[in-house]
This record gives sequence, structure tokens and C-alpha cells, in this order.
Amino acid sequence: MSEFSAALRAVPPPFFVRLAALWRQWRAELFGTRLNAALTLGSLAFLAWAVPPVFRWAVLDATWTGTAETCAASDGACWAFIGEKLRFMAFGPYPAELRWQPALATTLLLALVVASCVPRLWGRALPPAWIAAIAAAVLLMAGGITAPSVPTGQWGGMPLTVLLCVAGLAGAFPLAVLLAIGRRSNMLVARVLATGFIEVVRGVPLIAVLYVATLMVPLMLPAGMMMDKLLRTQIAIILFAAAYMAEIIRAGLQSVPAGQYEAARALGLPFWPLMRLVVLPQALRTVIPSFVTLGIGILQDTTLVVVIGVFDFLNAARTAATDPDWLGFYDEAFIFAASVYFLLCFAASRYSLWLERRLQPGG
Amino acid sequence: MTRPGSPGPRGSGIRRALAAWCGDHPGGQVLLLAGVLLLFGWLGSNTVQNMHRFGLRPGFGFLAQPANFEIGQALIEYSSRDTYARAVLVGLLNTLEIAVAGCLLASLLGLVLGVARLAGNRLLSGLVQAYVELIRNTPLLLQLFFWSATVHALPPPRRALAPGAGIFLTNRGVFVPTLGFDSVPDWLAPAFLAAAIVIVGLVLLRRHLTTGLALTLAAVSVATPIGVALAAGLQVSLDVPELDGFNFTGGATLGPEFTTLLVGLVVNFAATNSEIVRSGIVAVPRGQWDAGRALGFCWWRTLRLIVLPQTLRVAIPLLTSSYLNLVKSSSLAVAIGFPDLTSVIGTTANQTGQAVEAILILGGVYLTLNLVISAIMNSANRRLALRV
Repeated sequence: MSEFSAALRAVPPPFFVRLAALWRQWRAELFGTRLNAALTLGSLAFLAWAVPPVFRWAVLDATWTGTAETCAASDGACWAFIGEKLRFMAFGPYPAELRWQPALATTLLLALVVASCVPRLWGRALPPAWIAAIAAAVLLMAGGITAPSVPTGQWGGMPLTVLLCVAGLAGAFPLAVLLAIGRRSNMLVARVLATGFIEVVRGVPLIAVLYVATLMVPLMLPAGMMMDKLLRTQIAIILFAAAYMAEIIRAGLQSVPAGQYEAARALGLPFWPLMRLVVLPQALRTVIPSFVTLGIGILQDTTLVVVIGVFDFLNAARTAATDPDWLGFYDEAFIFAASVYFLLCFAASRYSLWLERRLQPGG
Repeated sequence: MTRPGSPGPRGSGIRRALAAWCGDHPGGQVLLLAGVLLLFGWLGSNTVQNMHRFGLRPGFGFLAQPANFEIGQALIEYSSRDTYARAVLVGLLNTLEIAVAGCLLASLLGLVLGVARLAGNRLLSGLVQAYVELIRNTPLLLQLFFWSATVHALPPPRRALAPGAGIFLTNRGVFVPTLGFDSVPDWLAPAFLAAAIVIVGLVLLRRHLTTGLALTLAAVSVATPIGVALAAGLQVSLDVPELDGFNFTGGATLGPEFTTLLVGLVVNFAATNSEIVRSGIVAVPRGQWDAGRALGFCWWRTLRLIVLPQTLRVAIPLLTSSYLNLVKSSSLAVAIGFPDLTSVIGTTANQTGQAVEAILILGGVYLTLNLVISAIMNSANRRLALRV
């Protein structure tokens, strides 16, 4: 008998029964109480008010191909503008015939990031791979092997955004480890310096750090010594990211049980091997999801380099709409840029959630 | 790294205390400190030499010179003949204005959205979730550019959008009505001060008074001066903005840049705050809702009287960091042309060449603001924390 009822339960109910159950559930959720019904109707009214005009602008009345004149003739969005300006938005003022170089560099960096997201590949090969990939990307961007080299003032667009973000995170990592260890050290000078640096950098806006890089640093170098503006920007982003990353790593260090330190000491490990072989691997593993969140933040923060006149992706998209032939298509440019940022950040945040579940003990 | 059980330094008590205070490797620490001081000394001497080369005098003396640049929006009297110090003060006040307005509005909107997310309606919570994802996965600067383009695409004053209540949206800013007072008697301000003192006293004595009595006393102490003043001829008028030629007059104006920055910050941080509110509500145990139900409270009263007060306990530390971020993000004003502190300091540094001093002021002000906000929020946190 019980076998029979178990077999009966294993058979899925017919389609219309499931549909009816779903409908009952939805009806309860959307119209179950008076409040719920009011909220549903309110939301529907909002959608009815907001969606049709946007849909008409973005799809029905939109111009998909053509010139600025055909765009000006219709009320809708001008997606032809995106098609026309795609290359400029992607690469900024980089010389047109050499664009394969930054494209290759970006592919390399993105492949590096994606590979680093696979838990099976986490290991000793990653740090050298990051250094090699970033060095190769910088060399590719600079060019000069087969063609004339490209000054950093002409770098721009998506490759620059990716480079600033990836090299920023990679450069911040060793510094952040030192800062986190220093902040937890019993050595007074190390603790005060690390804490002071972290709190000051976290207390001021990124724009202030960028001002330091663009306005203060040239004044602080000895006469005749120059430093490339993009390099200064990159260092500013590294220092900024390091302060936030140090706090993440500190949280990870605190999560390692004291017994691990004591066991490593009992094995006779000196301080640095103890950190490298026992503590850091455990500490870093728990905070990788926070690293991903920090990476999203830094990717979004790289847009602030607009303020000091560096041509990142957002700046390139905005500048595209100032072309006299295609003047004023700001909404289209911003929506396109927003979609690109959204795709990158949304994917990263989903990955972070997935990783958090996976890294949970027993998950 | 603290090493429990490691053999400590020997010797007298003072020496041991000194050794524990400075930690391991005193020699190495001295070297580290010397290295850092040398680096700063080198940078400092370079700076002084460079400044002399450019004919600049290091120090904050430049603050007393006339600024020679206009500031579009100022809360206090300002003209380009005023000093740099006053210009910096104007920028600071603008930053404070946007920070206070932004934190208040973002908290309110965040509260509404966070509650809406959990109101048990799938459509509404889906809409809020889409909003939060859209905002959090795009850069704030991009959102500000978008709002800037939107504000500048508003119609000119002659064809202003009027959503009602005397508010007008135009490409020259938002015009809102204000209250105007005529023939204010001299004694009104002291009378209000007295009323405020009475109310503070009532709050301090609240344990010894019934709520009804306290409220009545408070109402009387505020209403009496108003009533007497109205009888004595005080005139209160609503100053509604009116179209006069090509622009509005009367009421108060929120400039287009201020509007852009405020809308951008509020929309962005409301998404963050709504997540904070949501996580706070979720952290309140299910039994609290059931207890409210058992007492016969409706959903709204349970939320307001039982759940939200406990939500604050979880939310305040997170809200603190959200407020700190909002204040720091208000520096993005520089990208959309609002004259906040960062923007004024940037102009000052470019005009005078005194970049080091200007940026020291900038950093000092933001660090002070951070400390103040943290102190306020920590005291709120202490009052709300569970006392075990």
C-alpha cells in the first residue's frame, strides 16, 4: 500500500492541475489581502505609466541604421549612433589602425580574470600569471614592436578601464596583505603606520586621491623628474584599492582560529612561512567573495578618472556624443555604457553569490 | 601578532611595559620609522624647492588673497572679490547641504523601498529588486551624467512642468514655494527659545510626567507665542514662484546642478539603504511578527511598533557606512559642475599652485566630517544596543 502511494506521488500531476495550483498561489500572493491587491494595482499602474513611453522610444520609434539626419527625423532612440561610434567608444582616441593591440590586451586581461574565477585553478601559478598578463597587456597597449609606439595620452576606452581596474586590484593585493598584517602586528610603528594609511585613504573620496596624484605628486618630485599621468592615476587607484582590500584581508585573518597560529609555531615555522603556508591560504579563501565585491566597486570607481581627464570607457562614450556630426545623443551613449557596466557587474555579483554558497562549510 | 605564552622580555617592570608597548623588533621599527620620515622629508624638501622655483610661498597665507572666481551657488554672501578662505567655506557649506539633504531623503526612500520589498507582494518586490540591481550595477558617475542630461532636457521656464503644489521643474532648476513672514515682532525669537527650553525640560522629565500632560505643555509653549504674534499682526504668506518674463521669481530655487546631484545621490543611496533596511527586517526573528499578530496588531502596526525599532539595531552600523559613502560620493559634484568643497579646492589648487596646502585642507575636512558622522551614529548605536 505504502509502495503504491509512493509510486503515485512520484508521478507528476497533470499539467492543468499544476497550472491551477500555480494560479492559486499567484492569486494569493498578488490579491490575497486588501493591502496586497492595492499594492499589485499600484505596481501595475506604475508599469502602465512608465513602460509604454520607454518602449516606444527605445524600440518602436527607434532608428536602427542611417545617419544623424534620419535620427533627427524621428522621435525615438538613435541606435545607429551606437553602431557608428562603437569603435570610438570601445577604444577612445587610440590610433584606428592599431586597435587590434588594445583589443588583444583586453581579451588577455578578461581571460585572466575569468580563469581566476574558476576555483579549480586557484594555486601557485596564479600570481605569476597575473604579473605576466598585465605586463603583456601594457606592452601591447604601448605598441612599438611593429608600429610606432602609442603614448599613454592616447590610450582609452574599454581597454583602459579594464587595465586600470585589473592592474589596480593586482597591484593593491601585496600592499593590502602587508597593511593587514601590519595593522594586526604588535609592533607599534608598523601598526600605527598601517592603521593611519588605511583610515586616511578610506576617509577621503577617491577624487581627493586622484587630485593628490595629478596636482600634488608633480610638485613633490625633484626638479626635472617627470612621471607619466596615467601611471600616477594607476598608482592612485592601487593605493585606494589597497586600503579597502586591507580591511577585507584583516577580516579574513581574524577568522583564522588561534589554534592554527599556535600549531604552526609548534612546528617551528618562523613568521613569514607561517603566514604564507598556514594563515594566509585560509584567511584569503574565506574573503574571496568580498574581493569580487571590491572588484565591482573598483570597476565602477575607475569612471572617476573622467575628472582628471583620462579617457576611460565612460568618458569615451560621453565624448562620442559631442561629435558635431552626431551631437547630443547622450541618452543613447549613457544607456549603452550602462548596459556594458551592468553586464560586467551583474555577472560578477552573481558569481560572488555562487562562490559564497560554495565556500560555506559543507556547501 | 600576539603570541600567547611566548616568553616575555625580562627585567624591571618599566622595561617590560615599554617592550610590550613597542612590540617585537624595536631596531627594525626604528629603521622603518626613519625610512618613512626620510621619504616624507625628501618629498617635503622637493615641494618647497619646486614652489620657490615657481615663485610660490609654502603655507596657508594664500587663503587671505582674493579668489577671483565666481561660485554659482552659495548659501552665504560671496563674490569673486572675497578671499579663498571664504570660497572654501562656501564649498564646505554646499557639501554639508547636499550631505544632509541626501542622507535624509535617501534614508526615507530607502525605508519605503526596503519595506515595499518585504510587503509580501511579488510584483512590487520584483520591481524594487530590479531597481536595486540596476542602480548597484552601474557606476554612480554614469547615473549622475544621465540625471544631468535629464535635468538639462527639461523644458524652459515658459513651458515648465508643474507637478502641483507650486513646484515647477525647468532646465534652470526646480522652483519650490517657501513660507514668507511679514512684520515679525522682536520678542518672537526669544519666545521660541523659551519654548525650546521648555520642551527640552519636558523631554528630560518625561519619566515623571504622563504623555498627555507633557504633550499639552509642549503644545501650549509653542502655540502661545504664535497665537499672540498672529493677533499682534504677524502675516504669514506662502511665497509661490511665479513666471516673470523668462524666469521664475519668488519661492526658493534649487539650481540644476544641485538638483542633479541630489537626485543622483538619493536614487543611488536609496538602493543601498533599502538593502540595509531589508536585511535589518529579515534579521528580526519571525516570532516578533507572530507576537504582534497575537496582540491583535495589524501588519502596519506590527511593523511600526515592533519590528522597525529592532531593525534599527542591525541597520545603524550599516547606515553609518552608507552615510559616510554618501558624503564622500558627493565629491562627484566636480564632474557635473556643482561647486562643492572638492570642486572649489580643485579650482583653488589650479589657480594658486598651492596644491599641497589645498589638498591637505580637503583631506582634513573630509576626515573631520567622517569622525563627526561616526560619532553621532555611534552614540545612536549605544542608545539602541541591547543592554544585557
